[in-house]
Amino acid sequence: MSLALAFIETSANGEVRNTAAMLIAAAAQLGTPVAVVVAAPGAGDTLSAQLGALGAAQVFVAESDQVGTLLVAPQLEALVAASAALQPSAIVVAHSIDGREIAGRLAVRLKTGLLVDVVDVRADGDAVTGIHSVFGGAYTVEATVPGGGPAIVTVRQGAIDARADAASPTLTTQPITVGAAPAAVIDAVHEAAVASDRPELRGAARVVSGGRGLGSQENFALVEKLADALGAAVGASRAAVDAGYVPQTSQVGQTGITVSPQLYIALGISGAIQHRAGMQTAKTIVAINKDPDAPIFGIADFGVVGDVFTVVPQLIDALGKRAQ
Amino acid sequence: MKIIVLVKQVPDTWGERKLTKATGQLDRSASDAVIDEIDERALEVALQYKDAQDAEVIALSMGPSSVTEMLRKSLAMGADSALHVQDDALSGSDLSRTAAVLAAAIAKSGFDIVIAGNEATDGRGGVIPAMIAEHLGTPSMTYLDSVAITSDGVSGVRADEHGTVAVHAALPAVISITEASAEPRFPNFRGIMKAKKKPLDVWSLADLGLDDSGFAPSTVVVNTTERPARTAGTKNIDEGNAGNEIAEFLAAGRLI
Ligand SMILES: Cc1cc2nc3c(=O)[nH]c(=O)nc-3n(C[C@H](O)[C@H](O)[C@H](O)COP(=O)(O)OP(=O)(O)OC[C@H]3O[C@@H](n4cnc5c(N)ncnc54)[C@H](O)[C@@H]3O)c2cc1C
Repeated sequence: MSLALAFIETSANGEVRNTAAMLIAAAAQLGTPVAVVVAAPGAGDTLSAQLGALGAAQVFVAESDQVGTLLVAPQLEALVAASAALQPSAIVVAHSIDGREIAGRLAVRLKTGLLVDVVDVRADGDAVTGIHSVFGGAYTVEATVPGGGPAIVTVRQGAIDARADAASPTLTTQPITVGAAPAAVIDAVHEAAVASDRPELRGAARVVSGGRGLGSQENFALVEKLADALGAAVGASRAAVDAGYVPQTSQVGQTGITVSPQLYIALGISGAIQHRAGMQTAKTIVAINKDPDAPIFGIADFGVVGDVFTVVPQLIDALGKRAQ
Repeated sequence: MKIIVLVKQVPDTWGERKLTKATGQLDRSASDAVIDEIDERALEVALQYKDAQDAEVIALSMGPSSVTEMLRKSLAMGADSALHVQDDALSGSDLSRTAAVLAAAIAKSGFDIVIAGNEATDGRGGVIPAMIAEHLGTPSMTYLDSVAITSDGVSGVRADEHGTVAVHAALPAVISITEASAEPRFPNFRGIMKAKKKPLDVWSLADLGLDDSGFAPSTVVVNTTERPARTAGTKNIDEGNAGNEIAEFLAAGRLI
Protein backbone atom coordinates (compact mmCIF):
# COMPACT_ATOMS: atom_id res chain seq x y z
CA MET A 1 0.00 0.00 0.00
CA SER A 2 1.22 3.50 -0.73
CA LEU A 3 2.10 5.98 1.98
CA ALA A 4 -0.10 8.91 2.94
CA LEU A 5 1.42 11.76 4.92
CA ALA A 6 -0.53 13.55 7.65
CA PHE A 7 0.96 16.91 8.54
CA ILE A 8 0.73 17.45 12.30
CA GLU A 9 0.52 21.00 13.61
CA THR A 10 2.03 21.85 16.97
CA SER A 11 1.68 24.78 19.35
CA ALA A 12 4.45 27.27 20.08
CA ASN A 13 5.65 25.02 22.89
CA GLY A 14 5.55 21.88 20.84
CA GLU A 15 2.21 20.36 21.84
CA VAL A 16 0.36 18.38 19.20
CA ARG A 17 -2.79 20.20 17.99
CA ASN A 18 -6.15 18.48 18.31
CA THR A 19 -6.52 17.99 14.55
CA ALA A 20 -3.83 15.27 14.65
CA ALA A 21 -6.14 12.31 15.29
CA MET A 22 -8.49 13.30 12.46
CA LEU A 23 -5.63 13.79 10.00
CA ILE A 24 -3.96 10.48 10.80
CA ALA A 25 -7.35 8.77 10.38
CA ALA A 26 -7.80 10.52 7.01
CA ALA A 27 -4.31 9.42 5.93
CA ALA A 28 -5.13 5.86 7.03
CA GLN A 29 -8.11 5.92 4.64
CA LEU A 30 -5.67 6.67 1.81
CA GLY A 31 -2.68 4.47 2.58
CA THR A 32 -0.21 3.69 5.34
CA PRO A 33 -0.37 6.75 7.59
CA VAL A 34 2.88 8.63 8.21
CA ALA A 35 2.75 11.57 10.63
CA VAL A 36 5.04 14.44 9.64
CA VAL A 37 5.88 16.97 12.30
CA VAL A 38 8.38 19.78 12.76
CA ALA A 39 10.05 19.97 16.13
CA ALA A 40 13.01 21.38 17.93
CA PRO A 41 15.89 18.85 17.98
CA GLY A 42 15.39 16.12 20.58
CA ALA A 43 11.58 16.06 20.74
CA GLY A 44 11.20 13.03 18.47
CA ASP A 45 10.62 10.19 20.94
CA THR A 46 7.81 11.90 22.84
CA LEU A 47 6.08 12.92 19.61
CA SER A 48 6.50 9.47 18.14
CA ALA A 49 4.73 7.84 21.11
CA GLN A 50 1.88 10.38 20.98
CA LEU A 51 1.35 10.10 17.25
CA GLY A 52 1.61 6.31 17.34
CA ALA A 53 -1.21 6.27 19.88
CA LEU A 54 -3.28 8.15 17.30
CA GLY A 55 -2.53 5.56 14.63
CA ALA A 56 0.61 6.72 12.82
CA ALA A 57 2.53 3.73 11.41
CA GLN A 58 5.56 5.94 10.84
CA VAL A 59 6.60 9.27 12.29
CA PHE A 60 8.81 11.64 10.33
CA VAL A 61 10.24 14.34 12.54
CA ALA A 62 11.86 17.26 10.76
CA GLU A 63 14.18 18.91 13.23
CA SER A 64 14.64 22.64 12.95
CA ASP A 65 15.76 25.44 15.24
CA GLN A 66 13.62 27.82 13.23
CA VAL A 67 10.24 26.50 14.38
CA GLY A 68 8.29 29.39 15.77
CA THR A 69 10.46 32.07 14.17
CA LEU A 70 9.44 31.87 10.50
CA LEU A 71 5.79 31.67 9.42
CA VAL A 72 5.06 28.27 7.82
CA ALA A 73 8.48 28.03 6.10
CA PRO A 74 9.91 25.23 8.30
CA GLN A 75 6.65 23.30 7.95
CA LEU A 76 6.78 23.64 4.18
CA GLU A 77 10.40 22.44 4.07
CA ALA A 78 9.52 19.47 6.26
CA LEU A 79 6.80 18.34 3.88
CA VAL A 80 9.02 18.86 0.85
CA ALA A 81 11.70 16.72 2.54
CA ALA A 82 9.23 14.03 3.67
CA SER A 83 7.64 13.91 0.25
CA ALA A 84 11.00 13.49 -1.47
CA ALA A 85 12.04 10.76 0.96
CA LEU A 86 8.78 8.81 1.05
CA GLN A 87 7.08 9.40 -2.34
CA PRO A 88 3.55 9.38 -0.86
CA SER A 89 0.34 9.17 -2.88
CA ALA A 90 -1.33 11.81 -0.69
CA ILE A 91 -0.48 14.53 1.80
CA VAL A 92 -3.27 15.58 4.17
CA VAL A 93 -3.16 18.86 6.04
CA ALA A 94 -5.72 20.55 8.31
CA HIS A 95 -7.82 23.20 6.60
CA SER A 96 -6.65 25.55 9.32
CA ILE A 97 -5.19 29.02 8.87
CA ASP A 98 -1.63 27.63 8.88
CA GLY A 99 -2.62 24.46 7.04
CA ARG A 100 -4.04 26.34 4.06
CA GLU A 101 -0.91 28.41 3.70
CA ILE A 102 1.32 25.34 3.93
CA ALA A 103 -0.82 23.26 1.55
CA GLY A 104 -1.14 26.06 -1.01
CA ARG A 105 2.59 26.65 -1.14
CA LEU A 106 3.34 22.93 -1.18
CA ALA A 107 1.04 22.31 -4.17
CA VAL A 108 2.90 24.95 -6.15
CA ARG A 109 6.30 23.69 -4.98
CA LEU A 110 5.52 20.06 -5.89
CA LYS A 111 3.53 21.05 -9.03
CA THR A 112 0.61 18.90 -8.05
CA GLY A 113 -3.13 19.16 -7.51
CA LEU A 114 -4.78 20.54 -4.41
CA LEU A 115 -8.17 19.55 -3.01
CA VAL A 116 -9.27 21.93 -0.28
CA ASP A 117 -11.70 21.86 2.61
CA VAL A 118 -12.75 18.27 2.09
CA VAL A 119 -15.11 16.62 4.57
CA ASP A 120 -14.00 13.09 3.67
CA VAL A 121 -11.43 11.23 1.55
CA ARG A 122 -11.33 7.97 -0.32
CA ALA A 123 -8.70 6.08 -2.31
CA ASP A 124 -9.46 4.11 -5.46
CA GLY A 125 -6.12 2.39 -5.95
CA ASP A 126 -3.60 5.21 -5.75
CA ALA A 127 -6.11 7.81 -6.96
CA VAL A 128 -7.29 10.08 -4.19
CA THR A 129 -10.84 11.39 -4.15
CA GLY A 130 -11.81 14.31 -1.93
CA ILE A 131 -15.42 14.86 -0.93
CA HIS A 132 -16.41 18.51 -0.62
CA SER A 133 -19.49 20.03 0.95
CA VAL A 134 -20.23 23.15 -1.08
CA PHE A 135 -22.48 26.20 -0.60
CA GLY A 136 -23.36 25.46 2.99
CA GLY A 137 -23.89 21.78 2.38
CA ALA A 138 -26.30 22.30 -0.52
CA TYR A 139 -24.04 20.22 -2.80
CA THR A 140 -21.64 17.35 -2.39
CA VAL A 141 -18.83 17.46 -4.94
CA GLU A 142 -16.24 14.74 -5.46
CA ALA A 143 -12.95 15.61 -7.10
CA THR A 144 -9.70 13.81 -7.84
CA VAL A 145 -6.12 14.66 -8.70
CA PRO A 146 -5.15 12.90 -11.91
CA GLY A 147 -1.52 12.70 -12.92
CA GLY A 148 1.57 11.73 -11.05
CA GLY A 149 2.35 13.79 -8.00
CA PRO A 150 0.89 13.30 -4.56
CA ALA A 151 -2.60 14.71 -4.05
CA ILE A 152 -2.51 17.48 -1.48
CA VAL A 153 -5.68 17.58 0.56
CA THR A 154 -6.83 19.98 3.27
CA VAL A 155 -9.43 18.49 5.61
CA ARG A 156 -12.13 20.60 7.27
CA GLN A 157 -11.45 20.59 11.00
CA GLY A 158 -13.79 18.30 12.88
CA ALA A 159 -15.27 16.82 9.70
CA ILE A 160 -13.91 13.28 9.99
CA ASP A 161 -15.03 11.27 13.00
CA ALA A 162 -13.12 8.07 12.14
CA ARG A 163 -10.06 7.27 14.23
CA ALA A 164 -7.14 5.00 13.31
CA ASP A 165 -6.02 2.14 15.57
CA ALA A 166 -3.00 2.79 17.76
CA ALA A 167 0.32 1.64 16.29
CA SER A 168 3.97 1.38 17.30
CA PRO A 169 5.52 3.69 14.78
CA THR A 170 8.98 3.66 13.31
CA LEU A 171 10.67 7.00 13.85
CA THR A 172 12.69 8.87 11.26
CA THR A 173 14.41 12.09 12.20
CA GLN A 174 15.80 14.42 9.61
CA PRO A 175 17.33 17.84 10.17
CA ILE A 176 15.99 20.50 7.83
CA THR A 177 17.25 23.94 7.02
CA VAL A 178 14.96 26.57 5.66
CA GLY A 179 16.41 27.84 2.42
CA ALA A 180 17.03 31.41 1.42
CA ALA A 181 13.48 31.76 0.09
CA PRO A 182 11.87 34.77 1.74
CA ALA A 183 9.44 34.06 4.55
CA ALA A 184 7.44 36.18 6.96
CA VAL A 185 8.89 36.50 10.44
CA ILE A 186 6.96 35.72 13.62
CA ASP A 187 7.37 38.52 16.16
CA ALA A 188 5.08 37.31 18.93
CA VAL A 189 2.57 34.57 19.63
CA HIS A 190 -0.45 35.04 21.88
CA GLU A 191 -2.28 31.81 22.55
CA ALA A 192 -5.83 32.64 23.54
CA ALA A 193 -6.56 31.39 27.02
CA VAL A 194 -8.88 28.39 26.84
CA ALA A 195 -12.00 29.96 28.30
CA SER A 196 -13.60 26.91 29.86
CA ASP A 197 -13.98 23.20 29.50
CA ARG A 198 -16.76 23.87 27.01
CA PRO A 199 -16.39 21.84 23.79
CA GLU A 200 -14.76 23.45 20.80
CA LEU A 201 -17.18 24.79 18.21
CA ARG A 202 -15.59 22.89 15.32
CA GLY A 203 -16.74 19.32 15.35
CA ALA A 204 -19.00 19.81 18.42
CA ALA A 205 -21.97 17.44 18.72
CA ARG A 206 -24.16 20.21 20.15
CA VAL A 207 -24.03 23.92 19.49
CA VAL A 208 -25.99 26.77 21.05
CA SER A 209 -25.67 30.01 19.07
CA GLY A 210 -26.81 33.51 19.93
CA GLY A 211 -27.61 36.44 17.66
CA ARG A 212 -28.28 40.14 17.80
CA GLY A 213 -31.52 39.28 19.60
CA LEU A 214 -29.51 38.82 22.80
CA GLY A 215 -29.10 42.59 22.85
CA SER A 216 -25.83 42.95 24.78
CA GLN A 217 -22.64 41.23 25.80
CA GLU A 218 -24.00 40.77 29.34
CA ASN A 219 -27.19 39.17 28.04
CA PHE A 220 -25.17 36.85 25.82
CA ALA A 221 -24.29 34.97 29.03
CA LEU A 222 -27.72 33.33 28.63
CA VAL A 223 -26.41 31.54 25.52
CA GLU A 224 -23.41 30.31 27.49
CA LYS A 225 -25.62 29.12 30.35
CA LEU A 226 -27.77 27.04 28.03
CA ALA A 227 -24.66 25.71 26.28
CA ASP A 228 -23.22 24.63 29.62
CA ALA A 229 -26.49 22.99 30.65
CA LEU A 230 -26.32 20.93 27.44
CA GLY A 231 -22.57 20.39 27.32
CA ALA A 232 -22.66 22.30 24.04
CA ALA A 233 -20.27 24.62 22.24
CA VAL A 234 -21.11 28.33 21.88
CA GLY A 235 -21.62 29.89 18.47
CA ALA A 236 -22.89 33.23 17.23
CA SER A 237 -24.24 35.08 14.23
CA ARG A 238 -22.12 37.66 12.51
CA ALA A 239 -24.33 40.44 13.88
CA ALA A 240 -23.56 39.25 17.42
CA VAL A 241 -19.85 39.19 16.60
CA ASP A 242 -19.98 42.65 14.98
CA ALA A 243 -21.79 44.00 18.05
CA GLY A 244 -18.90 42.70 20.18
CA TYR A 245 -20.90 40.17 22.23
CA VAL A 246 -18.43 37.39 21.36
CA PRO A 247 -15.10 37.02 19.52
CA GLN A 248 -15.01 36.39 15.77
CA THR A 249 -13.85 32.82 16.36
CA SER A 250 -17.43 31.99 17.45
CA GLN A 251 -19.01 33.08 14.15
CA VAL A 252 -21.05 30.42 12.41
CA GLY A 253 -21.89 30.87 8.75
CA GLN A 254 -20.80 31.80 5.30
CA THR A 255 -17.69 33.64 6.43
CA GLY A 256 -17.43 31.91 9.79
CA ILE A 257 -17.21 28.31 10.90
CA THR A 258 -19.32 25.61 9.28
CA VAL A 259 -20.80 23.31 11.89
CA SER A 260 -22.67 20.05 11.41
CA PRO A 261 -23.74 19.01 14.92
CA GLN A 262 -26.41 16.59 16.11
CA LEU A 263 -28.20 19.54 17.70
CA TYR A 264 -28.10 23.25 16.83
CA ILE A 265 -30.04 25.74 18.92
CA ALA A 266 -30.39 29.26 17.49
CA LEU A 267 -31.33 31.97 19.99
CA GLY A 268 -32.36 35.41 18.73
CA ILE A 269 -30.97 34.69 15.26
CA SER A 270 -33.02 35.70 12.23
CA GLY A 271 -31.47 33.02 10.04
CA ALA A 272 -30.16 35.11 7.16
CA ILE A 273 -29.05 32.97 4.23
CA GLN A 274 -25.38 33.49 5.14
CA HIS A 275 -25.96 32.18 8.66
CA ARG A 276 -27.93 29.20 7.41
CA ALA A 277 -25.05 28.32 5.10
CA GLY A 278 -22.97 27.50 8.17
CA MET A 279 -25.41 25.33 10.10
CA GLN A 280 -28.10 23.90 7.87
CA THR A 281 -26.52 20.44 7.79
CA ALA A 282 -27.14 20.06 11.55
CA LYS A 283 -29.16 16.92 12.32
CA THR A 284 -31.74 18.72 14.45
CA ILE A 285 -32.34 22.47 14.60
CA VAL A 286 -34.21 24.27 17.37
CA ALA A 287 -34.88 28.01 17.06
CA ILE A 288 -36.30 30.60 19.42
CA ASN A 289 -37.16 33.95 17.89
CA LYS A 290 -39.72 36.69 18.65
CA ASP A 291 -40.51 37.19 14.99
CA PRO A 292 -42.86 34.51 13.58
CA ASP A 293 -41.61 35.31 10.05
CA ALA A 294 -37.90 34.87 10.84
CA PRO A 295 -36.32 32.75 8.06
CA ILE A 296 -34.73 30.46 10.67
CA PHE A 297 -38.16 28.87 11.14
CA GLY A 298 -38.01 27.69 7.53
CA ILE A 299 -35.33 25.14 8.47
CA ALA A 300 -35.99 24.55 12.19
CA ASP A 301 -37.27 21.14 13.27
CA PHE A 302 -38.68 22.73 16.39
CA GLY A 303 -39.39 26.45 16.31
CA VAL A 304 -40.62 28.59 19.17
CA VAL A 305 -42.00 32.03 18.56
CA GLY A 306 -41.12 33.65 21.83
CA ASP A 307 -38.75 35.78 23.87
CA VAL A 308 -35.38 34.15 24.59
CA PHE A 309 -35.30 35.84 28.00
CA THR A 310 -38.37 33.94 29.18
CA VAL A 311 -38.09 30.69 27.18
CA VAL A 312 -34.41 29.94 27.76
CA PRO A 313 -34.41 30.25 31.58
CA GLN A 314 -37.39 27.90 31.67
CA LEU A 315 -35.56 25.48 29.36
CA ILE A 316 -32.44 25.57 31.56
CA ASP A 317 -34.64 24.87 34.58
CA ALA A 318 -36.31 21.96 32.84
CA LEU A 319 -32.95 20.51 31.82
CA GLY A 320 -31.75 20.82 35.41
CA LYS A 321 -34.81 18.97 36.72
CA ARG A 322 -34.38 16.18 34.17
CA ALA A 323 -30.71 15.80 35.05
CA GLN A 324 -31.58 15.12 38.70
CA MET B 1 4.43 51.86 -3.95
CA LYS B 2 2.60 49.64 -6.38
CA ILE B 3 -0.28 47.77 -4.75
CA ILE B 4 -2.22 45.04 -6.53
CA VAL B 5 -5.57 44.10 -5.06
CA LEU B 6 -7.17 40.81 -6.09
CA VAL B 7 -10.86 41.15 -6.84
CA LYS B 8 -13.04 38.11 -7.35
CA GLN B 9 -16.48 37.94 -8.84
CA VAL B 10 -18.69 35.63 -6.81
CA PRO B 11 -22.37 34.71 -6.75
CA ASP B 12 -24.24 37.00 -4.40
CA THR B 13 -24.67 35.21 -1.08
CA TRP B 14 -28.08 36.90 -0.67
CA GLY B 15 -29.45 34.65 -3.39
CA GLU B 16 -29.46 30.94 -3.95
CA ARG B 17 -26.17 29.72 -5.41
CA LYS B 18 -26.18 26.81 -7.79
CA LEU B 19 -23.74 24.38 -9.37
CA THR B 20 -24.19 22.79 -12.78
CA LYS B 21 -24.50 19.14 -11.90
CA ALA B 22 -22.90 17.86 -15.10
CA THR B 23 -19.64 19.75 -14.58
CA GLY B 24 -19.63 20.73 -10.93
CA GLN B 25 -18.99 24.29 -12.04
CA LEU B 26 -20.78 27.40 -10.92
CA ASP B 27 -24.07 28.07 -12.65
CA ARG B 28 -23.50 31.75 -13.37
CA SER B 29 -27.05 32.26 -14.59
CA ALA B 30 -28.54 31.24 -11.23
CA SER B 31 -27.41 34.21 -9.17
CA ASP B 32 -26.31 37.83 -9.40
CA ALA B 33 -22.58 38.38 -9.65
CA VAL B 34 -20.97 40.73 -7.15
CA ILE B 35 -17.48 41.67 -5.97
CA ASP B 36 -16.71 39.43 -3.06
CA GLU B 37 -17.32 41.53 0.03
CA ILE B 38 -13.93 40.56 1.47
CA ASP B 39 -12.14 41.92 -1.61
CA GLU B 40 -13.79 45.31 -1.10
CA ARG B 41 -12.12 45.29 2.30
CA ALA B 42 -8.79 44.33 0.71
CA LEU B 43 -9.21 47.28 -1.64
CA GLU B 44 -10.00 49.52 1.32
CA VAL B 45 -6.70 48.52 3.00
CA ALA B 46 -4.88 49.57 -0.18
CA LEU B 47 -6.84 52.82 -0.53
CA GLN B 48 -6.16 53.80 3.07
CA TYR B 49 -2.43 53.53 2.39
CA LYS B 50 -2.89 55.55 -0.80
CA ASP B 51 -4.87 58.22 1.11
CA ALA B 52 -1.79 58.90 3.23
CA GLN B 53 1.15 57.98 0.96
CA ASP B 54 2.20 57.96 -2.63
CA ALA B 55 0.82 54.76 -4.13
CA GLU B 56 -0.65 53.26 -7.25
CA VAL B 57 -3.52 50.83 -6.68
CA ILE B 58 -4.37 48.26 -9.35
CA ALA B 59 -7.42 45.99 -9.16
CA LEU B 60 -6.78 42.60 -10.76
CA SER B 61 -9.33 39.97 -11.64
CA MET B 62 -9.52 36.81 -13.72
CA GLY B 63 -12.84 35.73 -15.12
CA PRO B 64 -15.42 36.08 -17.90
CA SER B 65 -16.46 39.37 -19.51
CA SER B 66 -18.91 40.13 -16.70
CA VAL B 67 -15.91 40.82 -14.47
CA THR B 68 -15.59 44.25 -16.11
CA GLU B 69 -18.42 45.49 -13.93
CA MET B 70 -16.62 44.51 -10.72
CA LEU B 71 -13.46 46.19 -11.93
CA ARG B 72 -15.41 49.39 -12.73
CA LYS B 73 -16.70 49.38 -9.17
CA SER B 74 -13.13 48.99 -7.86
CA LEU B 75 -12.10 51.96 -10.00
CA ALA B 76 -15.06 53.97 -8.68
CA MET B 77 -13.98 53.18 -5.11
CA GLY B 78 -10.56 54.64 -5.90
CA ALA B 79 -8.28 52.14 -7.64
CA ASP B 80 -6.10 53.85 -10.28
CA SER B 81 -6.37 51.17 -12.93
CA ALA B 82 -7.68 47.68 -13.49
CA LEU B 83 -6.39 44.49 -15.08
CA HIS B 84 -8.68 41.80 -16.37
CA VAL B 85 -7.28 38.40 -17.34
CA GLN B 86 -9.82 36.96 -19.73
CA ASP B 87 -9.41 33.94 -21.95
CA ASP B 88 -11.90 31.25 -22.93
CA ALA B 89 -9.25 28.64 -22.18
CA LEU B 90 -9.45 29.64 -18.51
CA SER B 91 -13.05 28.60 -18.05
CA GLY B 92 -13.39 26.12 -15.17
CA SER B 93 -9.87 26.76 -13.84
CA ASP B 94 -9.03 25.10 -10.54
CA LEU B 95 -7.01 26.65 -7.72
CA SER B 96 -3.61 25.71 -9.18
CA ARG B 97 -4.30 27.21 -12.56
CA THR B 98 -5.95 30.32 -11.13
CA ALA B 99 -2.95 30.97 -8.91
CA ALA B 100 -0.48 30.40 -11.75
CA VAL B 101 -2.31 32.79 -14.09
CA LEU B 102 -2.81 35.49 -11.47
CA ALA B 103 0.86 35.21 -10.48
CA ALA B 104 1.89 35.64 -14.12
CA ALA B 105 -0.28 38.75 -14.42
CA ILE B 106 1.13 40.18 -11.18
CA ALA B 107 4.69 39.51 -12.32
CA LYS B 108 4.03 41.17 -15.67
CA SER B 109 2.46 44.22 -14.07
CA GLY B 110 5.13 44.56 -11.38
CA PHE B 111 4.22 45.07 -7.70
CA ASP B 112 5.39 45.86 -4.23
CA ILE B 113 2.52 44.29 -2.37
CA VAL B 114 -0.43 42.10 -3.30
CA ILE B 115 -3.52 42.34 -1.08
CA ALA B 116 -6.28 39.74 -1.21
CA GLY B 117 -9.25 38.74 0.88
CA ASN B 118 -8.63 35.76 3.16
CA GLU B 119 -11.07 33.43 1.43
CA ALA B 120 -13.75 33.74 -1.22
CA THR B 121 -17.37 33.32 -0.18
CA ASP B 122 -17.95 30.75 -2.93
CA GLY B 123 -14.97 28.37 -2.87
CA ARG B 124 -13.84 29.20 0.67
CA GLY B 125 -10.43 27.77 -0.12
CA GLY B 126 -8.26 30.49 1.34
CA VAL B 127 -5.18 29.14 -0.43
CA ILE B 128 -4.79 31.35 -3.50
CA PRO B 129 -2.73 34.13 -1.84
CA ALA B 130 -0.18 31.62 -0.49
CA MET B 131 -0.01 29.86 -3.86
CA ILE B 132 0.59 33.17 -5.63
CA ALA B 133 3.32 34.05 -3.14
CA GLU B 134 5.03 30.71 -3.81
CA HIS B 135 4.93 31.39 -7.57
CA LEU B 136 6.32 34.88 -7.06
CA GLY B 137 8.92 33.78 -4.50
CA THR B 138 7.76 36.26 -1.88
CA PRO B 139 6.72 35.95 1.76
CA SER B 140 3.01 35.54 2.43
CA MET B 141 1.03 36.53 5.49
CA THR B 142 -2.56 35.40 5.30
CA TYR B 143 -5.62 36.03 7.49
CA LEU B 144 -4.43 39.37 8.85
CA ASP B 145 -6.92 41.09 11.17
CA SER B 146 -4.90 44.29 11.06
CA VAL B 147 -2.21 45.52 8.69
CA ALA B 148 0.45 48.24 8.72
CA ILE B 149 2.19 48.95 5.42
CA THR B 150 5.37 51.00 5.28
CA SER B 151 7.53 51.90 2.30
CA ASP B 152 9.64 48.76 2.65
CA GLY B 153 7.67 46.32 4.75
CA VAL B 154 4.35 45.08 5.98
CA SER B 155 3.36 43.89 9.42
CA GLY B 156 0.17 42.72 10.97
CA VAL B 157 -1.67 40.51 13.36
CA ARG B 158 -2.78 37.18 12.09
CA ALA B 159 -5.64 35.43 13.79
CA ASP B 160 -5.59 31.66 13.85
CA GLU B 161 -7.66 29.05 15.66
CA HIS B 162 -5.56 29.26 18.78
CA GLY B 163 -4.92 32.96 19.26
CA THR B 164 -3.00 35.62 17.39
CA VAL B 165 0.44 35.88 15.90
CA ALA B 166 2.23 39.16 15.19
CA VAL B 167 4.17 38.91 11.94
CA HIS B 168 6.19 41.05 9.57
CA ALA B 169 7.82 40.71 6.16
CA ALA B 170 9.90 42.75 3.79
CA LEU B 171 8.37 43.85 0.47
CA PRO B 172 7.57 42.52 -2.03
CA ALA B 173 5.01 40.38 -0.25
CA VAL B 174 1.54 38.90 -0.58
CA ILE B 175 -1.00 39.34 2.20
CA SER B 176 -4.61 38.47 2.78
CA ILE B 177 -6.94 40.23 5.19
CA THR B 178 -9.99 39.09 7.18
CA GLU B 179 -13.34 40.74 7.65
CA ALA B 180 -12.02 42.19 10.92
CA SER B 181 -10.02 44.68 8.81
CA ALA B 182 -11.24 47.93 7.26
CA GLU B 183 -14.94 48.56 6.46
CA PRO B 184 -15.00 49.36 2.73
CA ARG B 185 -15.91 52.83 1.46
CA PHE B 186 -18.79 53.42 -0.95
CA PRO B 187 -18.01 54.82 -4.38
CA ASN B 188 -19.30 58.39 -4.61
CA PHE B 189 -20.62 60.15 -7.70
CA ARG B 190 -17.26 61.75 -8.46
CA GLY B 191 -15.57 58.38 -8.16
CA ILE B 192 -18.06 56.78 -10.52
CA MET B 193 -17.57 59.53 -13.11
CA LYS B 194 -13.78 59.35 -12.84
CA ALA B 195 -13.84 55.54 -13.12
CA LYS B 196 -15.07 55.80 -16.69
CA LYS B 197 -11.80 57.40 -17.75
CA LYS B 198 -9.45 55.12 -15.85
CA PRO B 199 -7.50 52.43 -17.71
CA LEU B 200 -8.89 48.91 -17.73
CA ASP B 201 -6.60 46.50 -19.60
CA VAL B 202 -7.66 43.06 -20.75
CA TRP B 203 -4.93 40.40 -20.97
CA SER B 204 -5.20 37.00 -22.62
CA LEU B 205 -3.07 33.95 -21.83
CA ALA B 206 -0.91 34.85 -24.84
CA ASP B 207 -0.38 38.34 -23.40
CA LEU B 208 0.94 36.66 -20.28
CA GLY B 209 3.26 34.43 -22.29
CA LEU B 210 1.28 31.35 -21.24
CA ASP B 211 -0.31 28.83 -23.53
CA ASP B 212 -3.24 26.68 -22.56
CA SER B 213 -1.43 23.38 -23.24
CA GLY B 214 0.61 23.44 -20.05
CA PHE B 215 -2.38 24.54 -18.06
CA ALA B 216 -4.62 21.55 -17.85
CA PRO B 217 -6.36 21.72 -14.48
CA SER B 218 -4.67 19.42 -11.99
CA THR B 219 -7.92 18.50 -10.26
CA VAL B 220 -11.05 17.08 -11.84
CA VAL B 221 -14.60 17.10 -10.54
CA VAL B 222 -16.02 13.61 -10.93
CA ASN B 223 -19.42 13.86 -9.28
CA THR B 224 -21.83 16.54 -8.07
CA THR B 225 -24.99 15.83 -6.12
CA GLU B 226 -27.51 18.22 -4.67
CA ARG B 227 -28.71 17.76 -1.13
CA PRO B 228 -32.47 17.98 -0.76
CA ALA B 229 -33.46 21.33 0.76
CA ARG B 230 -34.32 21.29 4.44
CA THR B 231 -37.95 21.56 5.32
CA ALA B 232 -39.54 23.29 8.27
CA GLY B 233 -40.74 21.27 11.23
CA THR B 234 -43.19 22.53 13.83
CA LYS B 235 -43.50 26.14 14.94
CA ASN B 236 -45.14 26.85 18.28
CA ILE B 237 -46.04 30.17 19.80
CA ASP B 238 -44.84 30.44 23.39
CA GLU B 239 -47.75 30.52 25.76
CA GLY B 240 -45.67 30.24 28.87
CA ASN B 241 -44.55 26.64 28.52
CA ALA B 242 -42.20 26.67 25.49
CA GLY B 243 -39.06 26.10 27.57
CA ASN B 244 -40.52 22.88 28.95
CA GLU B 245 -41.75 21.88 25.50
CA ILE B 246 -38.24 22.22 24.05
CA ALA B 247 -36.88 20.05 26.86
CA GLU B 248 -39.51 17.41 26.01
CA PHE B 249 -38.68 17.62 22.32
CA LEU B 250 -34.98 17.13 23.08
CA ALA B 251 -35.68 14.22 25.41
CA ALA B 252 -37.97 12.55 22.87
CA GLY B 253 -35.22 12.82 20.23
CA ARG B 254 -32.63 11.48 22.73
CA LEU B 255 -30.74 14.75 22.35
CA ILE B 256 -30.38 15.12 26.12
C1 LIG C 1 -20.97 38.21 2.39
C2 LIG C 1 -21.68 38.05 3.69
C3 LIG C 1 -21.25 37.09 4.59
C4 LIG C 1 -21.93 36.91 5.80
N1 LIG C 1 -21.49 35.92 6.63
C5 LIG C 1 -22.20 35.66 7.76
C6 LIG C 1 -21.83 34.59 8.64
O1 LIG C 1 -20.82 33.91 8.45
N2 LIG C 1 -22.60 34.35 9.72
C7 LIG C 1 -23.71 35.07 10.02
O2 LIG C 1 -24.39 34.79 11.01
N3 LIG C 1 -24.07 36.11 9.23
C8 LIG C 1 -23.33 36.42 8.12
N4 LIG C 1 -23.69 37.51 7.35
C9 LIG C 1 -24.68 38.45 7.89
C10 LIG C 1 -26.11 38.02 7.70
O3 LIG C 1 -26.56 38.52 6.47
C11 LIG C 1 -26.99 38.63 8.82
O4 LIG C 1 -26.80 40.02 8.87
C12 LIG C 1 -26.72 38.07 10.21
O5 LIG C 1 -26.66 36.67 10.19
C13 LIG C 1 -27.79 38.52 11.15
O6 LIG C 1 -27.51 38.12 12.46
P1 LIG C 1 -28.68 37.98 13.53
O7 LIG C 1 -29.65 36.98 13.05
O8 LIG C 1 -28.06 37.75 14.86
O9 LIG C 1 -29.29 39.45 13.57
P2 LIG C 1 -30.67 40.00 13.05
O10 LIG C 1 -30.91 39.69 11.64
O11 LIG C 1 -30.71 41.40 13.52
O12 LIG C 1 -31.72 39.13 13.87
C14 LIG C 1 -31.91 39.21 15.22
C15 LIG C 1 -33.14 38.36 15.51
O13 LIG C 1 -33.35 38.32 16.89
C16 LIG C 1 -34.74 38.32 17.13
N5 LIG C 1 -34.93 38.80 18.50
C17 LIG C 1 -34.69 40.03 19.00
N6 LIG C 1 -34.94 40.06 20.32
C18 LIG C 1 -35.34 38.82 20.66
C19 LIG C 1 -35.74 38.22 21.89
N7 LIG C 1 -35.73 38.90 23.04
N8 LIG C 1 -36.10 36.93 21.87
C20 LIG C 1 -36.10 36.22 20.71
N9 LIG C 1 -35.73 36.73 19.54
C21 LIG C 1 -35.34 38.02 19.52
C22 LIG C 1 -35.31 39.19 16.07
O14 LIG C 1 -36.65 38.85 15.83
C23 LIG C 1 -34.41 38.89 14.88
O15 LIG C 1 -34.96 37.86 14.06
C24 LIG C 1 -23.03 37.72 6.14
C25 LIG C 1 -23.43 38.71 5.26
C26 LIG C 1 -22.80 38.88 4.05
C27 LIG C 1 -23.28 39.94 3.12
